[in-house]
Amino acid sequence: MKKLFAYPYIVWMAIFIAAPLLLVFYYSVTATDALGNTYFTLANFRRFFSPFSPDMVQPFHERIFVVVALRSLRLALQSTLICFVLGYPVAYIMTRKEYSEKSVLLFMLLAPMWMNFLLRTYAWLTILERNGLINNLLGRLGLPMFDILYTDAAVLLGMVYNFLPFMILPIYTSLKKQDPKLVEAAQDLGAGQLGVFLRVVFPLSIPGVVSGITMVFMPAAATFIIPHLLGGRQYFLLGSLVEMQFLNIGDWHFGSAVAVIMMMMMVVSMVVLSFFDKGGENHGRGTVI
Amino acid sequence: MSLHKAVKKLYLGLILFFLYAPILVLMVFSFNASRSRGNWEGFTLDWYRVLFNDPQIARALRNTLFVGVSSTVIATTIGTLAAVGIDKLKRGSKTIVMGISRIPVMMPDIVTGLSLMVLYLFIIRTLGVGRMGMGTLLLSHVMFNVPYVILSVTPKLRQLDANLYEAALDLGATPLRAFVQVILPEIWPGVVTGAMLAFTLSIDDFMVSFFTTGAGVQNLSILIFSMARRGVQPQINALSTLMFLAILAMLFLIHWRDKRSEKRLKERMGL
Repeated sequence: MKKLFAYPYIVWMAIFIAAPLLLVFYYSVTATDALGNTYFTLANFRRFFSPFSPDMVQPFHERIFVVVALRSLRLALQSTLICFVLGYPVAYIMTRKEYSEKSVLLFMLLAPMWMNFLLRTYAWLTILERNGLINNLLGRLGLPMFDILYTDAAVLLGMVYNFLPFMILPIYTSLKKQDPKLVEAAQDLGAGQLGVFLRVVFPLSIPGVVSGITMVFMPAAATFIIPHLLGGRQYFLLGSLVEMQFLNIGDWHFGSAVAVIMMMMMVVSMVVLSFFDKGGENHGRGTVI
Repeated sequence: MSLHKAVKKLYLGLILFFLYAPILVLMVFSFNASRSRGNWEGFTLDWYRVLFNDPQIARALRNTLFVGVSSTVIATTIGTLAAVGIDKLKRGSKTIVMGISRIPVMMPDIVTGLSLMVLYLFIIRTLGVGRMGMGTLLLSHVMFNVPYVILSVTPKLRQLDANLYEAALDLGATPLRAFVQVILPEIWPGVVTGAMLAFTLSIDDFMVSFFTTGAGVQNLSILIFSMARRGVQPQINALSTLMFLAILAMLFLIHWRDKRSEKRLKERMGL
């Protein structure tokens, strides 16, 4: 009887999850000629990988889509790495005895996410600007200017700032699930502090790390707000490219191709990561909130 | 040992400072007498006064709350019923349906947003009627919220004793009554978690809204985005300060209530 509830949902799913993606895929492998006829082509993908695209109104070096894609990839990898290096110790400290009872710390990590992320990112402008808070302070101390706004560094900072909690929380969850007796057992068997960490604690936390990496890497590779606010007008990442094709230029075919390439990147990285995560942790933002 | 502890404290402190610095800046500057960001020219409550008289912000706030509440109610209903239905499917089809449901959770927001926009415009152009606006905005929020509800309800259904429902039917309950009085209370925590998640995601969403709304229909995120080009007006800082404090207060209340009921439960169980 109750099975009947599943069928309307399957229809819903087909319309709102499957159909939109299939449409994007359809647009990515077709083009429309001057007469309005639609035909199958791979030109959209070729255009992405070709070195010059004379139709873009951008500085010369921005014309190469591949450069933009590689920059997105590089920044996403860098921000994932930084989030891991900064975040793992936080998660680790949070699970130690003196903190584990205090859910306040966890609460404090989550609370910033309740403020609109556009505004939080925008607030960095006030801090980083040429006449901003940091430079004001440096100026008063007679130190040289710290001018990173509208560069890679500012975009990277924005990514780390926005996604750090998404790295900390899954690692924290998987560390917290560990049986403390395992650590005691390892100590009894003669392992030193470093040995216990490297051979027991860390390997067992890998599912959390993998989950964290996914949750930082994916949004970082696709973001368009962070480069838009902190990178300046001439700064493009894959996300900005997609947004521009759909909303400014109106070229759905090419925009869809870029979106498909982006999805491919996600799928590849997910497959690579699932290789390390045999436990099959539940990924996605759902694990955090 | 104590040096060790001090280092840990310092490190946590620095990370928290990093996470809160922009929020503090935003809050402090909501009391700044100067319109330009960056330089402090004395304390004022003017922006709070301006805020309450700003029709554009009021409209955006109303849209945000309307879409947040309605999409939460609709998505929670659809998601809960769907989860119940999916739970009863055969293993093979269950895996497929759950796999597809997970796609919007894994996919970058921008892909969700643009693919929905493509769908809406495709339908609108084919049929030649309708346009994007509040309707498509609400539909999109329901769309990306449903999977989160399903994912939070499903584990609760798995813990459920399958005989409970049968027992209720045997005792003469109608299927509807058995669902409402037996199943629903058991899976309720999952439903609430799903609803809270849905509401949070809806309120905070920018990307999907940006792609699927129509001319003239703005929520707060879209308004902030469009302001960012010209410079965000200080009354937005005032608004987000108020919203942030309201949410903090709400979370503290929930937390405090949980702690108290936990305590009471422990007392009752003689612990």
